[in-house]
Amino acid sequence: MFPHTRDTLLFFTLISLVGISVICLLFIIFYLVSESSIILSEINLRHYFFDDSWHPSENQFLLLPMIVGSLFITIGAMFLAIPLGIFTAILCQFYVPNWLSQSLQRIVEILSGIPSVVYGFWGVVVIVPLLATIQAPGTSLLAGVIVLTFIIMPGIVLIANNAFQNVEKMHLHNAIALGLSRYSIIRHIVFPSAQRGLLSGIILQSGRAIGETLAVLMVCGNVVQFPGNIFEPIRTLTSNIALEMAYAMDLHRSALFLSGLILMLVVLTLILLAERFELSTKTT
Amino acid sequence: MILLPSNHNLADRILRFICWICGSLVLSFFAFLFFDILIQGYEKLSIAYIFSNSLNAGRAGGIAPMLVSTFLLLLLSLVIALPISIGSAIYLAEYTNEKQWFSRFIRLSLSMLASVPSIVMGMFGYAFFVIALNLGFSILSGALTLAAMILPLLIRNIEDTLRNIPDIHRLNASALGLSKFRTIFQILLPMANQGIFLALILGIGRAMAETAALLYTSGYVTRMPDTIFDSGRSLSVHIFDLSMNVPGGEQSAYGSALVLVLFLLSINILTHWIGQKIQLRSIT
Repeated sequence: MFPHTRDTLLFFTLISLVGISVICLLFIIFYLVSESSIILSEINLRHYFFDDSWHPSENQFLLLPMIVGSLFITIGAMFLAIPLGIFTAILCQFYVPNWLSQSLQRIVEILSGIPSVVYGFWGVVVIVPLLATIQAPGTSLLAGVIVLTFIIMPGIVLIANNAFQNVEKMHLHNAIALGLSRYSIIRHIVFPSAQRGLLSGIILQSGRAIGETLAVLMVCGNVVQFPGNIFEPIRTLTSNIALEMAYAMDLHRSALFLSGLILMLVVLTLILLAERFELSTKTT
Repeated sequence: MILLPSNHNLADRILRFICWICGSLVLSFFAFLFFDILIQGYEKLSIAYIFSNSLNAGRAGGIAPMLVSTFLLLLLSLVIALPISIGSAIYLAEYTNEKQWFSRFIRLSLSMLASVPSIVMGMFGYAFFVIALNLGFSILSGALTLAAMILPLLIRNIEDTLRNIPDIHRLNASALGLSKFRTIFQILLPMANQGIFLALILGIGRAMAETAALLYTSGYVTRMPDTIFDSGRSLSVHIFDLSMNVPGGEQSAYGSALVLVLFLLSINILTHWIGQKIQLRSIT
């Protein structure tokens, strides 16, 4: 294949190194599937949706409240973080002088590197007591949404900034030459051409939001229930795993792996979706 | 950034108003968070806090064992991940192009691996490294799990660096009759060393911020670890444990949060500095 044996050797070493990542991924999926197959083979799918409660020791496996909790908290946080993030990015790109734009971007970059556990801790000591003055106990769906918003917002600003920067400069020059107003340029030129980049970035970010564990666990109260209003505590799929993994046995343990598998499937679907969007941008 | 014309029609004013509101909201929230941690954490921070053992479940005493565990976790995970990622990056950059199905498959696997929720990664680490490989709750298990998490980030960054080396160097090398082996190890890798260093630092930042994956792999013993087969609590897990399971541990958690944030801040400054150096070199 190669004239030098050393090169052939190198090639095969490199290939096997690449293989490690792929094997890692396959192993993760394999473990999730094999561990959760124990419960899937014994307990019918409808039990996860129609059982009376989540009491694994009494063979009650109602996963639905946790799924709903995860969905609510993710959707809530995206609902707050997307407009805040996008408007901040527009401000950063089009409405402030260059030096301010640069420093804003630096600040957002730093924020995106702050560990989520720090945001969670801050939620515990500041946001939860604040909400408790409105309605006890403070640990609630709303607290989770607020903390999660903090965690994903820097990422959304970075994505939006990136998408706006990738807009063809020629289009902007043309629009300026045509005498369009700043609002029309942003609304009718920048936005449509940044749309796909924005969308694929936001989809990826929502995958991160749904997988967020400890920060959410710290502020949500972790009661397994369907929340009646936003001040009631909830438990998400991720925090359920983190809370019960330590002592779970047999079917219970398998049920936790099943919730891991559900999370993984959601995230993989989001990835494939985002990939689709990016591919279709490249071809156009 | 292109400066758009600033004609003040109504729509433009409204958009500018909304952007400023969102931008200042974002900034003031984060300023609040940062100064809160800075002021509250500063009271706790001292030489003794950093260099002494923790007492009374972390309420009193210092964080020396957590710093040592964190350091060992980082060191070990990078020692494991770096050779694998350099090899994979060389393969992807030098032996494939982006259109081949095999390289697309690997890239897709990498982006999937990158977005595995950290608690799912933790479950996998628990089932595979802790139980199946019988490593127990140990720094080694934690480091292996972390290594799997940071692999995609490292590979992506190192690959980008290699691709940014102009082809003229490869052509020169082959015109001189150098083997692929020599071209890679004596020309391309030395040229990429700053980029590899940058990737390394990004990996450190990511690994330091990780909590959920470590909970069930490296454990949360507050003792000073003797070997890598001992359980050890990382700084981020310490913050989590203090604010969730230790009543009255808040002040100490503020101190640890400040230490963690300062670390990540310096990492950000370092990456920025290196990034600028690399950019400057590629221009000249």
